[in-house]
Amino acid sequence: MCDPQSRFVARARRRFAMTRECAVLLPGVCAALADPRQPGLDDTCLEKLLDWFRSLTWFDPTVELVRDNPCVTELISSVLALPDPSPSILAFTLQLAGILASSESRFQLLQQEKLLGRLFGREGPRGGAAWEDASVRSAWLKGVHSMLHHLPALHCLCSTGGMDVIFTLQGDPSLFVASAASQLLVHMLTFSVDSETPKALSTEDCDWPPCAQMIVNHIKESLQSSSTSDIEQSLKLLSSLFGSCFGSCYAAWTEVLWLDIAKHIESFLLEETLQAQPVLASLLLNVARSPVFCGTEGSFWALVTSALEHLTPVQAAPLAVGLLKLCKCPQDVRIQALTVLLQPMDCILRAASQPLECAGLLDESVSDPVTVESLLSSKTSCAGLLCQTLAHLEKLLSLKHLIVDLPSVSLLHSLMTILQLCNGFLSPASPLGSTISRNLINSFRVQKSALDVLAALSEKKDCDTLIGSLFDVLLAYLQSPNTNPTVLKKTFQATSKWLVHLQELSSSSSQWQQTEKILEDVFVVLQKRLCSPCWEVRDSSLEFLTSMVKCLREQKEFRQCLLSSEVLRLTENLLEDPESYVRASAVTALGHLALITCFAPESPVIGNLYNKESIVAKLQEILSTDSEGFPRRAVISTFTKWLREGCTGQLEDTEQFVSRVIQTVEHDLDWEVRLGGLELVEVFCSQTICQLSQCPYAPVSSALKNSTPQNELLQVFCRAKLFGFLFGSLCDCDKPVGQRACDVLLGLRGHFYPVSTLENPQEIEDSPAGRGIAWLQRTLRQGSLAQNFPTDGGVGVNFQDPESMMLALGAIDLLELHDELNKSSDHVEESPQSLLQDILATLGTTEDNEVDCY
Amino acid sequence: MKLYCLSGHPTLPCNVLKFKSTTIMLDCGLDMTSTLNFLPLPLVQSPRLSKLPGWVLKDGSMFLDKELKECSGHVFVDSVPEFCLPETELLDLSTVDVILISNYHCMMALPYITEYTGFTGTVYATEPTVQIGRLLMEELVNSIERVPKAQSASMWKNKEVQRLLPAPLKDAVEVSMWRKCYTMPEVNAALSKIQLVGYSQKIELFGAVQVTPLSSGYALGSSNWIIQSHYEKVSYVSGSSLLTTHPQPMDQASLKNSDVLILTGLTQIPTANPDGMVGEFCSNLAMTVRNGGNVLVPCYPSGVIYDLLECLYQYIDSAGLSNVPFYFISPVANSSLEFSQIFAEWLCHNKQTKVYLPEPPFPHAELIQTNKLKHYPSIHGDFSNDFKQPCVVFTGHPSLRFGDVVHFMELWGKSSLNTVIFTEPDFSYLDALAPYQPLAMKCVYCPIDTRLNFIQVSKLLKEVQPLHVVCPEQYTQPPPTQSHRTDLMIDCQPPAMSYRRAEVLTLPYKRRYEKIEIMPDLADSLVPLEIKPGISLATVSAVLHTKDNKHVLQAGAGIPGMSALQEEVMSRDMLSSGCPGPLSLRPTSLQGLTEQPFPHGAAELAGPRTLGDTAQCGNSGM
Repeated sequence: MCDPQSRFVARARRRFAMTRECAVLLPGVCAALADPRQPGLDDTCLEKLLDWFRSLTWFDPTVELVRDNPCVTELISSVLALPDPSPSILAFTLQLAGILASSESRFQLLQQEKLLGRLFGREGPRGGAAWEDASVRSAWLKGVHSMLHHLPALHCLCSTGGMDVIFTLQGDPSLFVASAASQLLVHMLTFSVDSETPKALSTEDCDWPPCAQMIVNHIKESLQSSSTSDIEQSLKLLSSLFGSCFGSCYAAWTEVLWLDIAKHIESFLLEETLQAQPVLASLLLNVARSPVFCGTEGSFWALVTSALEHLTPVQAAPLAVGLLKLCKCPQDVRIQALTVLLQPMDCILRAASQPLECAGLLDESVSDPVTVESLLSSKTSCAGLLCQTLAHLEKLLSLKHLIVDLPSVSLLHSLMTILQLCNGFLSPASPLGSTISRNLINSFRVQKSALDVLAALSEKKDCDTLIGSLFDVLLAYLQSPNTNPTVLKKTFQATSKWLVHLQELSSSSSQWQQTEKILEDVFVVLQKRLCSPCWEVRDSSLEFLTSMVKCLREQKEFRQCLLSSEVLRLTENLLEDPESYVRASAVTALGHLALITCFAPESPVIGNLYNKESIVAKLQEILSTDSEGFPRRAVISTFTKWLREGCTGQLEDTEQFVSRVIQTVEHDLDWEVRLGGLELVEVFCSQTICQLSQCPYAPVSSALKNSTPQNELLQVFCRAKLFGFLFGSLCDCDKPVGQRACDVLLGLRGHFYPVSTLENPQEIEDSPAGRGIAWLQRTLRQGSLAQNFPTDGGVGVNFQDPESMMLALGAIDLLELHDELNKSSDHVEESPQSLLQDILATLGTTEDNEVDCY
Repeated sequence: MKLYCLSGHPTLPCNVLKFKSTTIMLDCGLDMTSTLNFLPLPLVQSPRLSKLPGWVLKDGSMFLDKELKECSGHVFVDSVPEFCLPETELLDLSTVDVILISNYHCMMALPYITEYTGFTGTVYATEPTVQIGRLLMEELVNSIERVPKAQSASMWKNKEVQRLLPAPLKDAVEVSMWRKCYTMPEVNAALSKIQLVGYSQKIELFGAVQVTPLSSGYALGSSNWIIQSHYEKVSYVSGSSLLTTHPQPMDQASLKNSDVLILTGLTQIPTANPDGMVGEFCSNLAMTVRNGGNVLVPCYPSGVIYDLLECLYQYIDSAGLSNVPFYFISPVANSSLEFSQIFAEWLCHNKQTKVYLPEPPFPHAELIQTNKLKHYPSIHGDFSNDFKQPCVVFTGHPSLRFGDVVHFMELWGKSSLNTVIFTEPDFSYLDALAPYQPLAMKCVYCPIDTRLNFIQVSKLLKEVQPLHVVCPEQYTQPPPTQSHRTDLMIDCQPPAMSYRRAEVLTLPYKRRYEKIEIMPDLADSLVPLEIKPGISLATVSAVLHTKDNKHVLQAGAGIPGMSALQEEVMSRDMLSSGCPGPLSLRPTSLQGLTEQPFPHGAAELAGPRTLGDTAQCGNSGM
């Protein structure tokens, strides 16, 4: 048996192989491409062709590919012979040649034919008119990059002045070209050091190989240059280099390199005129991440600390976040990074509070708030800085294992302050606070970011003292008619998370009175929001309700508040909402509410809809009559959820329920509803099998095949009309439906037929039922092309006959169907052969048109 | 250029601008908040109100107990409600030449001005303003006249007595000036003085200035005004809105390049977003009705009610309220609903296009057609037969002191199932509710004020860039209850000049030029001398005729030195003697001379001149 990876490689090799058909088509394609009279082919086709060659050469490094298909080298020669090739075909040729030359043998062959020098050497396009086109320059770099996988290519490039070209292209006006040049230099440096150095380089013994030496010298010279752009290019290169060095094998020589350049980096940090600070921050972070500096001692961390001090808060924040995620970061650097990140929050807290009221987030000795204060005082930078800080904090809070302890209480206090400043509810004590308040009032961006962090902070355990005030802030947002709908949605999300926290708190202490009061207030505002004329508000209110029921349905206070409010009735009304999203959310909410009301063991007596029969009937009605897909999808998910939770009663009830649902959804126009129906069937099957089988998890042995439980099972499934739906779905025009149906049928077959007992389809045609099954097998092979799949047994297949269905499960090659359905829908169109045919057809059509014109 | 500020209410302005030789009154709003000090006028006998105890002074004196009644700790005047008029003593209002009205809310004091002050001028307003203004006045007069009050309280107004009263009566300003409501004949007489105008129509005032109404986007027919001479432009912005509601959008571009911009009528609730408030209104309405309660919406018979009905038209089906009756009760309900549908040219583009379909521009027509909205002139008559509960009632007056609303407050106030929703921002809802306390019904305050907020004003001022802004003092400082909200004030450079009631402002703009025409024969005789390329000068010696604010230079027979052409500019003496300011010469009838005005003081007019319609100018001897 092959491992999955080998199977994948083998499949890919087969898929991209140079088949006989491709080999026949390729010369025509090459000739057409080299024909200057042909108009340019669209770039996507050329890219696909290059991808195919890349795969071909990857699977086959030998020279045969070029030898057996001389049209490829002829194409290169023809293009080179053109007096004025189009940029796109020249770019294609450069990349193709690079891909072909990626193996040493093919490189030598192309060298013998003197093609590579004419493409990548001095006599190539560089410096010519075509070079003006950025796509040609980019293709030249990509070609070289592909080629540089062996030393002859490297030496060839160095000896023909290629290095200088790449150095120049680092400053190319096209950002794509400049970036590609930088990436290429990184690749060359690592390749050169890896391939040309007999022993590992170290600080004591550092003898760079020639190519690496050239690059290192270039970096050093650029760093000493007076040109900002030169410095920036080198910093970018270094950043990419350290960013790509994750293996320990790079440690030694990258350390040597770093020691050579560290003093320059240090000087740049102090130079305020240099505009490369963001790159510097990125470089330092990548160096910090690289394995070079495992120890916590040394000048590097001092440099990082200096960077955190000298960069502006906006520039330093990404570095600070990156450092806080590093395990090996020294504690003092981590504290400094945290200081940078928390400074805006600290500043807000101090500015809004009375002098002695709040200690702030940070120790004043480590905090230098002048820059942050000036940024927060400016209308243009205030919201931006806060949003960036809040986004970073949310990211940190979402980490499972955060090494550093965030001061949760102060952070929460600061967030509450921000939210109160944004809605104008807080009157700051200081002039700075007033300025910030003016900048923040009605800033939806800041409100949304702050609420995200607030939600993330609910996981923290030590914020209990502020929970009362926090809910005051949240309720103010929920109650205010001025709250923007998206801010309201975020407030709901944060409230929901903090209610869970509140529940934990009240169960562990005697704070239930506070909880009860908060819940009452929440329900009052929820009632109002459910009546909002803005559908987004109604929708997010229902989502909030669902989320509360999910998390809090076990809590007594919650259930009491819910049942004594108008929320149940309002939710029921929203089943008729004109907006389909709202109807869908109402269905979902109702589905969850039913778990508290009619499906609960001690079901409280409530209005009309909240008894089991009427709620099922209402949702059935929506499933069969709602003109929009969303509510119907919500109904089928709700039914599945109920089934999973065992709410649908005894088996007989469930069987009828499932049968009714299947009959409703099997002709639904929305494939997601049909898919939902299959999910329901799957749950029903597994539950029924569990109930009726003696051992729920073991497949039934062949000896038991005819035993009562198996027959009973089959009868239940047939009565519920599962098989017609499942086999019919195999021919569904929407593939996910077919796939899911096949999965369910495979599961059933696995239960009824252990592998060894499968029927031979050839042998079953003798019986009448067998003939029907054989027909079914043939029909299923047509897949979605099978028109009007009969589920009523009209062609001799009785889908409600247990015996026939048993036969069908055994006889039909579901595995083959499964493979067929899992093929990508474009597997034919995506084949290399199809690509070559397309190219020929496209170019041929043009020719025809030209003829027509004459 | 002077501004006399006769009203202290920023959204009910009444100012007089003296500009050139004209006296222009800008709006005449009536401050009705004074009525909050009075007891409500019940349509049917209210045992509760009639049993309220008389107010007794601390020392036990009872001489005011007939005039003042106490209700839940508040003291009210038991008399016909009175209104606080604009200042009438600051200047002689009979000298007012014209009154420019910006919208129907800002003309409610018009009868007091036109019928009591000797006013002989003309009032300019758009047609919808006049028609809807008439409806508002009619409703006001009707509401008060139909509940005749036997007694009239005046003793409490005595300054010595007022001192002893509790707040807010103690602090009420100029109570001696408070007046009872005008009568319908007075309303008709006042309205007969109005001349209708259309947007962008240019109206010449005595040849001195030109006034032009511009759409302000706030209400049907609402206008801002441009008052300009040849060289000066004053913009009067009053009650404008940039929101997309039913009226034509605001014309901002025409306000550009103003020398002075007088800014009034901003939103009274700057912290309330109208969209949010409409949402709040609908939610509370739905919740009340679903619980079996009634909803009372005290409102004016025109304006926001159209938008509310449109919003409800879209909302009631989604909220399952299709079977709930909506009643609109006002003596002018029918006219208001009808008028709104016929002023198509004054509506926003969307509504205008509906007329061509043809469809009624407002969907309340459909609500009426489908019997979801019913309107009645009063609670008497048909209404009592049709009345079904739970229901929603729109009725006036928003002050809750008169009109049919008083009846519903008495009827529904005792049940907590009912809700009163305040949507009009003109009155403090707590003050309005004071004489109904204790009250069981729920109260919701969702004021919908679509007028400009401070962010919009800031953008507007950046856009139109006036040289000077003049506004009520309330706009130059944060609201008293939210002193930290420095965003809720006008922020412009140079800082806005503020005014308060009874103040006279000398506007910070100096007039520098005046247009003078030269008669063709005189112009022919001029010999311009080119002093530098493109600029030629000629001296003029002529007679200056000034009549109807037009200045003409004529060749004067018999004036010594007439052969020598000299150019003349009005002297400072003329300015100080009341002539209309420094002049610049615009030789419009003179070929070959430049169109550039001459700088002030380039040459001085000297010599004898006669005051009056004709000024004779002699040889300056320059």
